[in-house]
Amino acid sequence: MATNLHSVRLDKGKCVGCTGCLKRCPTEAIRIRKGKATIIDELCIDCGECIRVCKQHAKIAVTDPLSSINRYKYKIALPAPALYGQFKRIDDISSITRGLLRMGFNDVFDVAVGADLASRAIMEKLKSPSCPKPLISSACPAVLRLIQVRFPELIDNVVDVRSPMELAATRARSEFCKRTGAKPEEVGCFFITPCASKATAIRNPIGHTKSAVNGAISILEIYGLLSSQLRRVKSDDHDEIEPHPCTALGIGWARTGGEALAIEEEEALAVDGIENVSRVLEQIENDRLPELKYFEGLACEGGCVGGPIVFENMYIARNRIRQLVVNLPKVKVSDAVSLDDVRELGDELCFDAPIRQIEAMKLDSDFSAAVKKLDRIEEIRKKLPGLDCGSCGSPTCQALAEDIVGGYAKEMDCLFLLKARVSEMARQMVEISELTRE
Amino acid sequence: MSILKEEFNVAKMDFVTAGEASAQIKRILKKLGVDAGVVRRLSIACYEAEINLVIHSDGGTLSLEVNPDDVVLISKDIGPGIPDIELAMSEGYSTASDDVRMMGFGAGMGLANMARNADKFRIESKVGEGTLIEMIFNLKQEA
Repeated sequence: MATNLHSVRLDKGKCVGCTGCLKRCPTEAIRIRKGKATIIDELCIDCGECIRVCKQHAKIAVTDPLSSINRYKYKIALPAPALYGQFKRIDDISSITRGLLRMGFNDVFDVAVGADLASRAIMEKLKSPSCPKPLISSACPAVLRLIQVRFPELIDNVVDVRSPMELAATRARSEFCKRTGAKPEEVGCFFITPCASKATAIRNPIGHTKSAVNGAISILEIYGLLSSQLRRVKSDDHDEIEPHPCTALGIGWARTGGEALAIEEEEALAVDGIENVSRVLEQIENDRLPELKYFEGLACEGGCVGGPIVFENMYIARNRIRQLVVNLPKVKVSDAVSLDDVRELGDELCFDAPIRQIEAMKLDSDFSAAVKKLDRIEEIRKKLPGLDCGSCGSPTCQALAEDIVGGYAKEMDCLFLLKARVSEMARQMVEISELTRE
Repeated sequence: MSILKEEFNVAKMDFVTAGEASAQIKRILKKLGVDAGVVRRLSIACYEAEINLVIHSDGGTLSLEVNPDDVVLISKDIGPGIPDIELAMSEGYSTASDDVRMMGFGAGMGLANMARNADKFRIESKVGEGTLIEMIFNLKQEA
């Protein structure tokens, strides 16, 4: 897999080769080689844990610069609901719409509308008698990749409805073209993103071949500019803006449990934090939750408001979303969105490509060779100290043993084995010198 | 002859480590590249067996044997044994205590669930001696 598919990258100049990210990566995708962190493409799920934990800020999220919108004649901003948690005293989200328009966008279309459409489509899927149990949300691309890498058995449980971001882009473009007569190819849709995995999902969609979104601009990148626009908006903007067509529940998708609430399913479970998601998926794999009908897993604690490339503290942002949602009219998604609205999305509503298993865990394509490797790994692991210190550059002793067998590391990369070897050599030297003393 | 053998001890009423043996077994199978569908069925059966050992037995072992054509999972305990296997196999039947049920276990589908997920299922039990369950999972599709 080509490196440019991922959005989490390393700034080599800043990396000091410490073990911070190494120990925190949930899929053990990081190794320290020659004093610098390297990311194993097949294992990386773009969750951004390493971005959060790196004290040197050497892990970066690659998103599109704001200037990239100029590639298109018409530019539409697709703000993630999480954006509304970033600013103080937002009692009316239309001020954010105004701010984005002032920044050079021709139109702003809430991803929360896409969330409403997705909620409605998911509700229909849940009604089908052949619906897998539990149905697993497809909204978080990092969780989808985690399933591809670690839980391929659960691929068939993933709901085949595209993400709110995708549905919003499709709808935004078609409405804009209808309204203005613009050609679809002249319209660029840009997601204002709280995370890197969405940028990856645009370049390399999971479950469909092409994304309707043309780029992802990070919330951090536009934060400064947008806040200054917001201050101006408050004093001198009086243009009429159409009321937002999204429901409060659509905005609620920004935080954990929002999706489960919007789809009106009692037997739903929402989990956040990639390690927690992993643990619960393990339970689902063991069939420990037979009554569960819907599983919402989000890689970031707090949900999208806790994304790695947002400005505001997750708890504060999450609370603002809560307050915003409470003060909006309470409308059920099933009343606000009709099935015709959903059907209008046509071929761009559901997945059109299978979700592939990523065979990154497999030791060898040949079964008996894999068994031999497993034996050899076990043999080496027993020699290692079991401290999981990370000094060798692999996250655990088990991982080092696997790396040695895979040909990526040597036994002497382990400082403890090296120390034992050196003292053995020293002892032998003394022995030789004593034997040869005249 | 099997090409890989692993044995895991499972202690009575030890909920701290309950599930760790199945998790390790699952990891091994994924590393060997065993088909995802087989891993799924095996995970369910293996976890059921491990929890049964924790809840119902006086302790035992869970062993994994990987062969070129199949995976064999054996659960063996040192007692107390099942008096009526047919009854224990029926769905919904359980002798689990209320405490255990409060933890979400002991719904009484364990044995039947194991039998359903394995390609071959064999159970032997003697009261006072213990229970042996052998489950076989085919790795290759039967022609």
